[in-house]
Amino acid sequence: MMRFATALLALALFAGSAFAEPITIEFWHAMGGKNGEMTQSVCDKFNASQTDYKVVPVFKNDYTSCMTGAIAAFRAGTPPAIAQIFEVGTATFMAAKGAYKPVYQLMAENGEKFDPSIYIPAIRGYYSTVDGKMLSMPFNSSTGVVYYNKDAFKKAGLDPEKSPKTWADMYDMSKKLMAAGYKNGFTSSWATWIQTEQFLAWHNVPYGTKANGFGGLDSTLQLNNPLLIRHFTDLYNWSKEKVFVYGGREGKPDALFTSGEVPIYFQSIGSYANMKSASKFEVGVGNLPYYGDVKTAPQNSIIGGASLWVMGKKSPAEYKGVARFFTFISRPEIQAFWHQGTGYLPITKAAYELTKLQGFYNDRPGLELAILQLNNKPTTDFSRGVRFGNLPQIRILEDETWEAILDDKISVKDGFDKVVKEGNALLRDFERVNK
Amino acid sequence: MVERSLIRRSAPHLILIIAIFVIVFPIWLIFVASSRSLPEILNAPMPSIPGSHLLENYGMALVEGSKNLGSPALTMLKNSLIMALGISVGKIVVSLLASFAIVFFDFKLRKFCFWSIFITLMLPVEVRIMPTYKVVADLGMLNTYWGLILPMIVSATAVFLFRQFFMSLPREIAEASQIDGASPGQFFRRILVPMTRTPIAAMFVIQFIYGWNQYLWPLLITTKQEYYTLLIGITRMLAVGESQVEWHIVMATTLLAMMPPVVVVVAMQKQFVTGMTDTEK
Amino acid sequence: MAKQYEFPNRGLPYLLVLPQMLIVAVFFFWPAAQALWQSLYVQDAFGITLIFVGMENYIKLFKDPNYTSSLIRTFVFSGLVAFTAMAISLFLAVQANRKISFSTFYKTMLIWPYAVATLIAGVLWLFMFNPTVGVVAYFLKHSFGVDWNHIQNSAQAFLLVTLASSWKQISYNFVFFLAGLQNVPATLVEAAAIDGAGPSRRFWGIIFPLLSPTTFYLLVMNLVFAFFETFPIIHQMTQGGPNQATSILVYKVYQDGYINLNLGASAAQSVVLMIIVIGLTVFQFRFLERKITY
Repeated sequence: MMRFATALLALALFAGSAFAEPITIEFWHAMGGKNGEMTQSVCDKFNASQTDYKVVPVFKNDYTSCMTGAIAAFRAGTPPAIAQIFEVGTATFMAAKGAYKPVYQLMAENGEKFDPSIYIPAIRGYYSTVDGKMLSMPFNSSTGVVYYNKDAFKKAGLDPEKSPKTWADMYDMSKKLMAAGYKNGFTSSWATWIQTEQFLAWHNVPYGTKANGFGGLDSTLQLNNPLLIRHFTDLYNWSKEKVFVYGGREGKPDALFTSGEVPIYFQSIGSYANMKSASKFEVGVGNLPYYGDVKTAPQNSIIGGASLWVMGKKSPAEYKGVARFFTFISRPEIQAFWHQGTGYLPITKAAYELTKLQGFYNDRPGLELAILQLNNKPTTDFSRGVRFGNLPQIRILEDETWEAILDDKISVKDGFDKVVKEGNALLRDFERVNK
Repeated sequence: MVERSLIRRSAPHLILIIAIFVIVFPIWLIFVASSRSLPEILNAPMPSIPGSHLLENYGMALVEGSKNLGSPALTMLKNSLIMALGISVGKIVVSLLASFAIVFFDFKLRKFCFWSIFITLMLPVEVRIMPTYKVVADLGMLNTYWGLILPMIVSATAVFLFRQFFMSLPREIAEASQIDGASPGQFFRRILVPMTRTPIAAMFVIQFIYGWNQYLWPLLITTKQEYYTLLIGITRMLAVGESQVEWHIVMATTLLAMMPPVVVVVAMQKQFVTGMTDTEK
Repeated sequence: MAKQYEFPNRGLPYLLVLPQMLIVAVFFFWPAAQALWQSLYVQDAFGITLIFVGMENYIKLFKDPNYTSSLIRTFVFSGLVAFTAMAISLFLAVQANRKISFSTFYKTMLIWPYAVATLIAGVLWLFMFNPTVGVVAYFLKHSFGVDWNHIQNSAQAFLLVTLASSWKQISYNFVFFLAGLQNVPATLVEAAAIDGAGPSRRFWGIIFPLLSPTTFYLLVMNLVFAFFETFPIIHQMTQGGPNQATSILVYKVYQDGYINLNLGASAAQSVVLMIIVIGLTVFQFRFLERKITY
């Protein structure tokens, strides 16, 4: 046994000296299911394209675990080279100078050709400083859309090619669907993202001061604005009428839609592939609805999803590999492959053009609709996105409050006043330690 | 009268059978789910008798694992086993030595040692999870078996049990061996350890299960698929983000994860029961 | 209790306790000290900025209504779990302790679920009560018209985690109660029966008082279990929601420290929890030692 082990060891040593081992680049991500397979494929393609580096994707459960895991690892001195961080973590990372290597700097240091203008402006803006320096690499960008069950629409005598355009339509159509035998009209994933962040941008109404936080850490929340209160009062009343049903936080309500129980569903365009494959009915995609009497709507929707941050405390060799990897994934054909396989938006204009040229959108108008929705109008201070420290906690606060409102523990107005008050305290906490 | 006594006699059976049903029913459901295809599970209500996909699901779980996981149950089974054995054996050895010292020797720091060990008796790792993570990282033990095992050996349950047992032994045993000229080491090996067989066996069962069922700790410190334990695999399979949970594979893996500790408990039921109830005395 | 014979060696005992002491020092005292130290600071997520704030984290903690309500909730939850699990197991142990056929089979069937991991208990109950695919949720809806949705309904969520946690603890309690019952002298019970005491008088008047050490021990163990070891159940089933309805202290420590990355607050909570547990441990130990020495 012992001799065998020694022989094995010798062999390993020999092998090690004969062929230089590729440098391993750890890449933590939160892509489950189909999107996880796609992430693996992209890495495989990169690994097959050269021999110096090997990108190893590690699945870290959900976005939150991935981010906190990367931070904990950083504190412990063992971060991964690349961490996929969801959009709400952006401010936390940006403020932590020294914890990451800005992408523009990484590319310059390693002599990679890098032109920020190839990326779609609405996506690039979200991850750049005010003066246009890109700090993280866009990876999976999405935006909120409405999925609907075309078979159900037919059953209820509705036009299966027309999704609800306004919230009034949403209510009327839900009522018709309920008359046709459905218990509820619609449900929504990510109330914090779609019904709050997206909703406000789509109506061009501020989420907070200082251009939604882009202008500095001393911003405050403005979530108790009349429009948002109106919207959540409607949702609350509709939930009593069963027009709307709450299905849980984040993507928890997916099964309500895919099982055919609820015919209309707000979810990220990033779920496109999964929605299609998991449903037994024909799935339609529509724009986010807006209140018809709000003159500033529709503006443009904002992105969600995640970007790739390059963590600090890594070796120059690893950084070189990461830079190569980023150049690789920005290539139009790789972007198009990713976009088409997952439903996430193409991050470069070239990938969009390529996909269009390939005729991919002909039978998938939903995907193009999402890109157009994102680019509906040039972005404003209220529709560029949101950038607040401690945003993950603020979202948890919103979720908890929304659940309390539905459970009749607090009124909508008091609830959002509370979110603003406690949320502002979180913003001040963040400001204090990130001077 | 006859009828009444019949009722009285059958009552306990009825109650116990109902209780067993309530306790076993969820596990039966897992079994059923692990033998069905995904659409069958998703189409509520799932039938309550096993289906025809048993071998297929277990084969998938063992060899391939769930789609996004990249770690088949076989590997995880190995890791769970290493962790459970490492914790149970490690803890028994370390605790036997410590309790031997505390009970059979008089030394200056005896009280101090006892209390330092003792206050960890019921302190779960969850409470000090972040700083422990840092310590383990500083020692370079992330993604190692050492990192999985050592912090779990801390708690004092075993020291406490062995101490109680040693104290209950007649004083003459140690005295006689000392008079016979046996060294403490010989006494420990030849006399004490063989006498402690039952508590050791009980401790083994308890610690094996404790180690096998660890959750939060391995979740934090394993980032490489090679070190996933079965329970970690299960949570990762449940966290699919925007796609469908593969319930059939999850359920098959769950059952696989339950099997080894159950076998240990049933096989060693007697020692386990005596040992467990002894900690309390 | 008589003192055990002691070997005269001087150096040897230190060598023997060394491994255990090392492990305790490295994996308990060191992290605990760090928690204590961290609780006096606020810092950013990455640990780049560090500001000394003294007791501020503790003061904030006890001023925070979310924390105080979580504290109360934890006690209610633990009390409920301990009571439910113990009452059911005692009842079952009494049944299984009768001289009836198949009693060995019954015992085994009731003991083995001890081996089921807490996490798996969570997965199980979640699977049964999942509002969309759960068998029990379906049954409740279609047979009783109960609209089961623990995702939105905080009372249902609380009930669900309480049930799942109690279920997990039944086997453990059963083992102890059964052993306790077997130690009750049969003659004592028979004598009472001859005196005309009915079954319930015999149980509450004689058996139950004799079981009190077991009951006390189990109470502490069940409380500790509900306090801490239910973490996987809550993590898996509700993540503390809806609206914090199931957010018990140990979940808050995890959430504030690991999810919200508010290390100061999380460390302060850890310290509070450690004090609670160490208090419970010492309390229990004093009680047990007294029992042994009398």
